[in-house]
Amino acid sequence: MATALETGPSLTLSKPLPLDSGQVLERVQIAYQTYGTLAPAKNNAILLCHALTGDQHVANPHPITGKPGWWDRMVGPGKPIDTDRYFVICSNVIGSCMGSTGPASIAPDGKPYGMRFPVITIRDMVRAELALLDEFGIEKLHAVVGGSMGGMQALSLAANFPERAERVLAIATTARHSAQNIAFHEVGRQAIMADPNWQEGAYYDTGRDPDSGLAVARMAAHITYLSEAGLTHKFGRRLQDRPNGEKGAISFGFDADFQVESYLRYQGLSFTSRFDANSYLYITRAMDYFDLAEEHGGRLANAFAGSSARFCLISFDTDWLYTTSDARSVVHALNAVAAPVSFVELSAPYGHDSFLLDVPALDRVVGGFLG
Amino acid sequence: MALRSDLRVIADNVKAGSRVLDIGCGDGDLMAVLQSEKGVDARGIEIDPESVEHCVSKGLSAIQGDADRDLAEYPDGAFDYAILSQTLQTAERPDLMLDELLRVGRQAFVSFPNFAHWHVRSHLMFKGRMPVTNRLPVTWYETQNIHHLTVADFEVLLSAKGVSIVKSWFFHGDREIGHFAANWRAEYAVYQLSR
Repeated sequence: MATALETGPSLTLSKPLPLDSGQVLERVQIAYQTYGTLAPAKNNAILLCHALTGDQHVANPHPITGKPGWWDRMVGPGKPIDTDRYFVICSNVIGSCMGSTGPASIAPDGKPYGMRFPVITIRDMVRAELALLDEFGIEKLHAVVGGSMGGMQALSLAANFPERAERVLAIATTARHSAQNIAFHEVGRQAIMADPNWQEGAYYDTGRDPDSGLAVARMAAHITYLSEAGLTHKFGRRLQDRPNGEKGAISFGFDADFQVESYLRYQGLSFTSRFDANSYLYITRAMDYFDLAEEHGGRLANAFAGSSARFCLISFDTDWLYTTSDARSVVHALNAVAAPVSFVELSAPYGHDSFLLDVPALDRVVGGFLG
Repeated sequence: MALRSDLRVIADNVKAGSRVLDIGCGDGDLMAVLQSEKGVDARGIEIDPESVEHCVSKGLSAIQGDADRDLAEYPDGAFDYAILSQTLQTAERPDLMLDELLRVGRQAFVSFPNFAHWHVRSHLMFKGRMPVTNRLPVTWYETQNIHHLTVADFEVLLSAKGVSIVKSWFFHGDREIGHFAANWRAEYAVYQLSR
């Protein structure tokens, strides 16, 4: 497991964490980062929820890659999520691998959990986040904010713990994983489990990690984060220069002839240096199980009936993973209970990843909504 | 804040603390005034994404949507007032839109340009061409106004639907004029309606 030095602050929850599966996790470790200062009244906290392969390093250099935090452009002094005014907190979700309890953590028997780790849900992630807030004495959030899987957590928090947030900002997300979403995840999971190094998930002490499987999983997923137009613009059919210096010729073989191949291989490979394959299995499973309507009697509007929060949903026109129509179905449910909701589809060329990238309109909407 | 005259009339006649849905809310000028002057809980629907962005970045609640379709999402009587300013003539079916306004709102405010104003009539009469005036500045092929109507037309529709007029106001430019010969004299009209 990554050490505390690598991942930043963390704490052990003082209470056991009950899970949707019926199991209970004891001595749960939560790694987190905070930015800004918590007001004495503890009323200026914003909970950020990270995406599938994200982590708590929102606006500080990543301890493994050294790259800027995943929302460095959004979070900081004077930025749309203004840390001069707000106390921003983001924790690594349970099941992940950046310091919070997950399948790579040591189980009570002294060995890594591996596949003995209980299957978790988005709501379980939210429970862990709220337990962390409890440790800080934060009863009510100024806002809960997230994109992609982070948006699912934000919606889940609003639906299941409506008293905990005044504002809910969910970006590029959905209230339920579609068959297509599940299908893409299954490709990734099968790639990992088909890797002989996976060893039924018990690879931690063997010196052999299922890196090839995890890399393929990441490659497949990465395609879903980009738009076709974006890929075409970035790579088209352009060819790689050959190792012998030859310019852009096809090899009549299976090297990475095309730049897009080379790019994906790099994305897959570099991902394995910072992510645990079992975590990938567990977190994608949690996303696949996510169906907010099903949790609430089959009607999404029921999920929000008890909420007095203000909502804002944002989608991107080129996002085909979590589409505008996914966002609209949430807006529709919120309208049906006459909840105060804003919604806008922003135009950006980057597909699903738009929420992480330079989209000035996103900055304005986020800043305006948080007030 | 200087509001357009029809919006000013609406703002003045909305009860403080009420719940309002502003359909075609634009950049949210009316919602902002209702919120700050009257503590109104205001929501907007707007088709133009940039306008929605302006609303949200001002802290207003607005959704990007199409009034012809999205009104159906709201429960009956969700609002004290549904407001439709200068938009009725752009609806696919203004008569059904009117039904929806008075379903989601207990009352409605509707304002529209009057196609029977004497400028329009004389334009048609003497030039024989679709009018381009201060209130109707766009050519016939570019205008979003697909269902032009007159004060008289509107009142016929209201009585056919059994809708009551709570109050009405008529304007020439920014000046309010009386009810006398409004169908000739008014460039646009504002109605407060109830079932």
